[in-house]
Amino acid sequence: MKRFIGFITKEFYHIFRDRRSLFILFGMPIVQILLFGFAITNEINNVDIAILDHSKDATTKEIINKISASKYFSIKQLIEREDDIEAVFKKGKVKAVLNFEKDFSKNLVKDHKATVQIITDATDPNTANTISNYVSSILQKYQQEQNKAITINYIIVPQPRMVYNPELKSVYMFVPGVMTIILMLVSAMMTSISITREKELGTMEILLVSPIKPFQVIIGKVFPYIFLSIINAIVIVLLSIFIFKMPVQGSLFLLGLESVLFIISALALGILISTISATQQTAMMISLMGLMLPVILLSGFIFPISSMPLPLQIISNAIPAKWFIIILKGIMLKGVGLQFIWKETLILLGMTVFFIGLSVKKYKIRLE
Amino acid sequence: MGISVSNISKSYKDLKALQNISFEVKPNELFGLIGPDGAGKTTLFRILTTLLIANEGEATVAGLDVLKDFKEIRKYVGYMPGRFSLYQDLTVEENLNFFATIFGTSIEENYELIKDIYVQIEPFKDRRAGKLSGGMKQKLALSCALIHKPKVLFLDEPTTGVDPVSRKEFWEMLKRLQQKGITILVSTPYMDEAALCDRIALIQDGEILQIDTPENIVKQYPKTIYDVSANNMYQLINSLKAYQHKHSVYPFGEFVHYTDTRSDFNPKELKTYLEAQNLSNISIERTQATIEDSFMELAK
Amino acid sequence: MNNTNVIQAEGLTKMFGDFTAVNAITFEVKKGEIFGFLGANGAGKTTAIKMLIGISNPTSGQAHVAGFDVSTQAEDIKKNIGYMSQKFALYDDLTVKENITFFGGIYGLTKIKIKEKTKELIEDLGLEEVANQLVGSLPLGWKQKISFSVALLHEPKIVFLDEPTGGVDPITRRQFWEMIYRASHQGTTIFVTTHYMDEAEYCDRVSIMVNGKIEALDTPKELKKQFQVDSMNDVFLKLARG
Repeated sequence: MKRFIGFITKEFYHIFRDRRSLFILFGMPIVQILLFGFAITNEINNVDIAILDHSKDATTKEIINKISASKYFSIKQLIEREDDIEAVFKKGKVKAVLNFEKDFSKNLVKDHKATVQIITDATDPNTANTISNYVSSILQKYQQEQNKAITINYIIVPQPRMVYNPELKSVYMFVPGVMTIILMLVSAMMTSISITREKELGTMEILLVSPIKPFQVIIGKVFPYIFLSIINAIVIVLLSIFIFKMPVQGSLFLLGLESVLFIISALALGILISTISATQQTAMMISLMGLMLPVILLSGFIFPISSMPLPLQIISNAIPAKWFIIILKGIMLKGVGLQFIWKETLILLGMTVFFIGLSVKKYKIRLE
Repeated sequence: MGISVSNISKSYKDLKALQNISFEVKPNELFGLIGPDGAGKTTLFRILTTLLIANEGEATVAGLDVLKDFKEIRKYVGYMPGRFSLYQDLTVEENLNFFATIFGTSIEENYELIKDIYVQIEPFKDRRAGKLSGGMKQKLALSCALIHKPKVLFLDEPTTGVDPVSRKEFWEMLKRLQQKGITILVSTPYMDEAALCDRIALIQDGEILQIDTPENIVKQYPKTIYDVSANNMYQLINSLKAYQHKHSVYPFGEFVHYTDTRSDFNPKELKTYLEAQNLSNISIERTQATIEDSFMELAK
Repeated sequence: MNNTNVIQAEGLTKMFGDFTAVNAITFEVKKGEIFGFLGANGAGKTTAIKMLIGISNPTSGQAHVAGFDVSTQAEDIKKNIGYMSQKFALYDDLTVKENITFFGGIYGLTKIKIKEKTKELIEDLGLEEVANQLVGSLPLGWKQKISFSVALLHEPKIVFLDEPTGGVDPITRRQFWEMIYRASHQGTTIFVTTHYMDEAEYCDRVSIMVNGKIEALDTPKELKKQFQVDSMNDVFLKLARG
């Protein structure tokens, strides 16, 4: 036990004396969560649009008023001719143009049908899509209000309602993802680097030629990072609760346990990486390319898994982060208990046991 | 408590690092492994410290088999690798403390053994190991290797990159450790350090050239060596090499070590030859062979 | 050896804050001389050499190397010196020929000249068999010899050698010194820095630095006589231990 404590003390000296890794440990989570929370977002706010109104009647005016009153859009310009549409887009002044046809009111009354064209700048397809959805929903709302007066039979009015994240706040989607990335980074990359550093410095040689057992070395290396990762997880959850007002619906205790499970699986991966790399640089490259990219691209964090090609969907199953993100979303957003996420938890547990087994097997008691 | 090596061979891919090495280190002996870089010294050390497995042959350290009893061996040996292998970001004291705890002991418990060495660096005990001078690093590394009272001490090129003063001090420390009953196997590329060992093995290209006491090795040198000097070193070497009866010609500091093929060699004859080569200030004198001469003769 | 001074230092001093790394050293090195520049780690050797090769400005004093002032004509100095260190010498992942071509190139040798020199060097060292092999696969001794020849490619007036033969086997080491003697014989000045005293025995003259000052400067023979000892190692020990 004394050996073990001595080892851990040494690890903490390393961590606290290396400012760069300290920054990665504690600066990164905060920076990332703020970055994803504020800067990178799918929401739209005060998007500049232009209006081309060919009819200029009461109805179009009313609609335009509605749009301009919403916080999503601000009307930057009124244009008169079709030719101007392309010009305003090219200047990059607006993201969308609404083109009301001639005799809008008249057509609406006479044919029960009038058209407004929504032209969006699709160089940024996500934003274009969102704008178009928002405009449609304003139009629909307006229509419903108008129709209240008149009774029309047999009309199906779809009433979409977004549950769990009614305001479509993108931060809700990012928090689980960012938390996953950070725990992965801190746990896997930092442990693999810290173990390979011993190899590079030659201290591993001395440790091997000593009565300290390999598993003591591994646990001694891993323990401080479990501790630090848990602190990180707590910081992230607190940030999301207090800064982004994101509610954690489910049990915090369960959230904690699941996080520890994921942290351990990431640490095991870190040990595995350290057994196959000889230098800190290699360990870092493997961690970044082999772990970070799949976590970002294939875990469903940014790109929905269901819209991936089948082979990628299959591969995504092998990524622990995918399951952890499902678990996190379940607990944080849906407030579900273990009975709904036991399957994911079991998969994660299985992976963790596998990685630990593999890394213990791969860990060398000699130099080659 | 000694070391026994029999017929050890080790290859890395197509490189033969060690070929059929055998030798014995007696208990409490200070044994030197003398050879240039790439001779296989480090590989041999790693096999004996259980870090590598030999392809062939057997070895025991303190009576324990390096393969079967590797866990036991790791308790009883002290190892100082060739490269400075301590934690640069820990202080002198923290390093020592750390190695004491992983060996399940404490500085206080074994202070007696390292006292001699440690007092020299104790004034800097709060300094980070990375900021120490070469000589001090070496003393710290030795202290760390000794902290658990090892029975056998392995020192792989401990004096490489260290200045002459620290080197001398280091050898004096080794002598004192030997008196305390520790068996020491030390390697070095410096032939002049050979004389400080009880016995030595000369090693090159993975093969042992000779094993004996330094005195005996020098005594067995088969030829008479002459120190030759003249006004121009470059021309002297060329002329000697062109001399028909030369056996070996090696620059040796301010002299050239010359041996002749004939047993009835007469220096005057050589002097006449050199004078005919336009050299002046010629001096030819008998001299003693050194370990380096023996090494070169054996490696030839 | 003739009497032209290739290196001339007068009161050369370098201070870092309050710390005097090099304390007013004065010495000269003659054309074709093999000059040993000795000292323990931290004695100021490295700082002194940095000033001599023009990459560090002296705090006071002056020095001329190959006829150029170290503080104002550093670029000219660089063209006239060669450098070889034990740590970095050649690229392991290039072949012998590629290394020669590369180093010839950075010293501004013409293509024809590089070809000529490559041929000469390979014949000289008997490297015909391995000319197209990666340098990394060659024994240490060979690398040392090749890198010394590479340092001489551009026919510099002075070559700085940093611990050139540490760890090399004794026979290769002799061959290396024979190369040095030859270069010196052809008029190249050889400036050897080392803390291995047996390397010092081979030099024409040696200086020994202790705590930033040159404490002794003479031929190895004279120094041994002066300190009444048998080897340069003992000279050094006497000096350093005071």
